[in-house]
Amino acid sequence: MTLNRGRVRWQCRRALLELDLVFARFLERHFDRLTDDQLADLDDLLLVEDHDLWAMINGSKPVTDDRWKEMVELLRAK
Amino acid sequence: MKVAKRTFDAVIVGAGGAGLRAALQLSEAGMKTAVLTKVFPTRSHTVAAQGGVAASLGNSTEDNWHWHMYDTVKGSDWLGDQDAIEFMVKKANEVVVELEHYGMPFDRTDNGKIYQRPFGGHSQNYGQTPVSRSCAAADRTGHAMLHALYQRNVRANTQFFVEWMAMDLIRNADGDVLGVTAMEMETGEVSIFHAKATIFATGGAGRIYYSSTNAFINTGDGVGMAARAGIPLEDMEFWQFHPTGVAGAGVLITEGVRGEGGILRNASGERFMERYAPNLKDLASRDVVSRAMTTEINEGRGCGSGKDHVLLDITHLSPETINKRLPGIREISIQFAGVDPIKAPIPVVPTCHYQMGGIPTNYKGQVVVPKDGSPNVPIPGFYAAGECACASVHGANRLGTNSLLDLLVFGKAAGETVVSDFQSGQLTLKPLPDDAADVSLARIARLESQTGGEDVHEVRLEMQRTMQKHAGVFRFADIMKEGVTKIMEVAERAKRTQIKDKSKVWNTARTEALELDNLIEVAKATMVSAEARKESRGAHVRDDAIDCAETPNGRDDANWLKHTLWYSEGNRLDYKPVTLQPMSADVEPIALAKRTY
Repeated sequence: MTLNRGRVRWQCRRALLELDLVFARFLERHFDRLTDDQLADLDDLLLVEDHDLWAMINGSKPVTDDRWKEMVELLRAK
Repeated sequence: MKVAKRTFDAVIVGAGGAGLRAALQLSEAGMKTAVLTKVFPTRSHTVAAQGGVAASLGNSTEDNWHWHMYDTVKGSDWLGDQDAIEFMVKKANEVVVELEHYGMPFDRTDNGKIYQRPFGGHSQNYGQTPVSRSCAAADRTGHAMLHALYQRNVRANTQFFVEWMAMDLIRNADGDVLGVTAMEMETGEVSIFHAKATIFATGGAGRIYYSSTNAFINTGDGVGMAARAGIPLEDMEFWQFHPTGVAGAGVLITEGVRGEGGILRNASGERFMERYAPNLKDLASRDVVSRAMTTEINEGRGCGSGKDHVLLDITHLSPETINKRLPGIREISIQFAGVDPIKAPIPVVPTCHYQMGGIPTNYKGQVVVPKDGSPNVPIPGFYAAGECACASVHGANRLGTNSLLDLLVFGKAAGETVVSDFQSGQLTLKPLPDDAADVSLARIARLESQTGGEDVHEVRLEMQRTMQKHAGVFRFADIMKEGVTKIMEVAERAKRTQIKDKSKVWNTARTEALELDNLIEVAKATMVSAEARKESRGAHVRDDAIDCAETPNGRDDANWLKHTLWYSEGNRLDYKPVTLQPMSADVEPIALAKRTY
């Protein structure tokens, strides 16, 4: 099943400004080019609680699922 | 056009702390309750609250609600209603202990009680010494609170409509509130939620400013909806600015950084706070520090090529201290300022943080408006709680940890009022007018058909820049006057927004256009209310207000000890008295005094 891109895009709206800013950059630069597989990985990553997600992106906590690593790298990219 | 209709005993808009607390009250009483929310409940902005929740439990230091009441009234610069403040501080222990029973993992003392820590503005014995009044769950108080409340709501069968955007309030010819219209993002379809009671708990609108600590979801949806439906907004000129937001990003650098020895410096490296607050220096209260920083920038001593920020210096602290005592600060600074604070200072600016004003309510959570000569007449069927509401407990300036308390106490109070009115048979399902959904459908239709219109992002940016420049930390008569003209021009542009993507399913561009309709109402209310208030009080600081015996700190009680009410229709202002009498006859009012710390 193909995920709806609009739905995934909306779920990049988060509770923390830190994440909103990181996702804003990601949405502008990478989101439209994601393959369906990458989009599914992102959709999975977006289920992570905000404080944990931010900790993974800023590197203070390890990325606990290999499936998320590529997306976390894109989110980190300046 | 035919629209689907759903019927509930109550509909709640917003699933942050206030919405979830209210919903729990209703669902546990057996009411059929719908909660509409743009994002999954545990992704509400309440998650970002770190400081804790205030309650005079007295677990760590001696404390009582009289002292908490004094601090809150003084913090509000006497604009807070003393009946609502008495109600809140007296209810604090009850709502905190309830949360504990819901499974909230509060920090503990060695003997197993809830651990309490000090926080700015909270004191023992009427301002004498700092008190430990804040109950926290590490640095994730808001997160833990939301999870505890959400789980409890699931158990109580609250029905959640997740990723639904409420659009407009439905009122009948008498002005009674009958529910809301809402758009399901997945389909783009508009539905009517018809209910006996409607509770707004939609949070603040901090995104009206260019520099804001608020998440992107904080677009003041309930406040905008209320304004468009003819309900006045109260005290919207009062916004709390946090001194240390990362310049250009807004992300909050906690007060703890200055607590650990962080120093604010201007372009010449001077520790300028020594000139403004010789005793407390960098640890003076939020408004004092924000004003000092703004003065430095305005007088040309700002840093960077634009001379538009100051520096927060912790390079003299050891890397061990920074890593151990200030977790997360290094990551925020590297990510958003591009500097490692171990090696270089962090660029910071005062940043919009909290909306003190909002939809006018009484301490029962009922929305109240002036009618037939009385200033506070409840609107049948309409309630509000949390940051979107103005009870008014924060008045002109909020104390840290009083916001989580506000949403718990007034979320519960609104819930209790609705349950009581429901059980007594006072709340009935009133017939919907035929045109109940017309306003919302017209808004959607306009977006569909708009040609030659304005870009949503550009209009929003122009609004944010206008608010930042014309209604910021320091306010000047001529700049505010110019700001009123400018924001009305921006509002005209907002009426003609255009989106390229006309699809219905998960159209986030459309959602953002609808959000802008709400933001712009809040921006107008703020700008117009601020321009009109000819005094300084709390967070509203005018350059031309004179500090003398008659008007201490520029506060003019003889003329301005009153709440502002702004009406969207006609861009009109009205005022109503501040309630200086506490709720109980045997509680003495906190007498007016100059606010000094």
